[in-house]
Amino acid sequence: MNIDSVVALVKSNFPEAVINYYDFRGELTFVIEKEQITTVAAFFKKNQELDCNYLSDLCGVDKIKTDGIFEVVYHLYSIQKKHRVRLKVPLPSDNPTISTVTTIWNTANWHERETYDMFGIQFQGHPDLRKILMPEDFEGHPLRKDYPIHGRQPATLRDIYRKDEE
Amino acid sequence: MGIESHLGDNILTTTLTTMVNWARKSSLWPMPFGLACCAIEMMAVVAPRHDLARFGAEVFRFSPRQSDLMIVAGTLTYKMASVARKIYEQMPEPKWVIAMGACAVSGGIFNTYSVVQGLEEVMPVDVYLPGCPPRPEALIHAIMEIQKKIQKESL
Repeated sequence: MNIDSVVALVKSNFPEAVINYYDFRGELTFVIEKEQITTVAAFFKKNQELDCNYLSDLCGVDKIKTDGIFEVVYHLYSIQKKHRVRLKVPLPSDNPTISTVTTIWNTANWHERETYDMFGIQFQGHPDLRKILMPEDFEGHPLRKDYPIHGRQPATLRDIYRKDEE
Repeated sequence: MGIESHLGDNILTTTLTTMVNWARKSSLWPMPFGLACCAIEMMAVVAPRHDLARFGAEVFRFSPRQSDLMIVAGTLTYKMASVARKIYEQMPEPKWVIAMGACAVSGGIFNTYSVVQGLEEVMPVDVYLPGCPPRPEALIHAIMEIQKKIQKESL
């Protein structure tokens, strides 16, 4: 499927959901309305021609300083048809919530947990939205740009492990 | 000269301390604690080209209870720190520790939210081995420094 026909197909099915799209060196990206993400994602998976049955990555982006938003990025791949497409969803920085896509791709489970852990983005409907990388008692979301880069919790472990020594 | 003249050429005399320290330094059993790329260099040390067996320290034990030298090779994160400490505490005395590589020595390039800034925050360190990663020869040098240190210890 060439890029123009993908764009035509998606735009004709979701005229309101597609905010924007662009093609950079053959990589096609759609910017999608946040409320529509589950229906658009399900369409990308189930449509016979698109057939994006593999979610190769899901991640967050902190764009608060430049655009005042968070972004969730979905990288889709079709194993049979060997094509890729990228979906981006802008989220307001004061309330970053979005519907889960675990109902469409099971692999999104841990990806969404990681995105929640690193950025604090809430995935509504996720079956088990817990931290996945950081320690359980860690406070904050370290990949946010406003999190201090040296923000170790606690600042040193010496007081825990070396306290009893001279 | 002294008792040696009566014992002849077949018997050497020494002190118990020297004898025990010589035995300890000549049969170090390392506990490999490989955390990152430094662990690859640590593996190369026991391979034939560098052959740590020449120094009697090739018996890597993956059980801390059978080891007396802990080689912490790589980036120690906050989540791994309690594990490293527990392994260290499980090793019987006497025991020694090498902090291998820039990360274990000081956190290295990772002055970030998740990395321990030096192994000495977690356990006492005998030899600091810088490098990113250190060459196998450098690790052999570190083990020889440990051997020198052991030879000077008292019982």
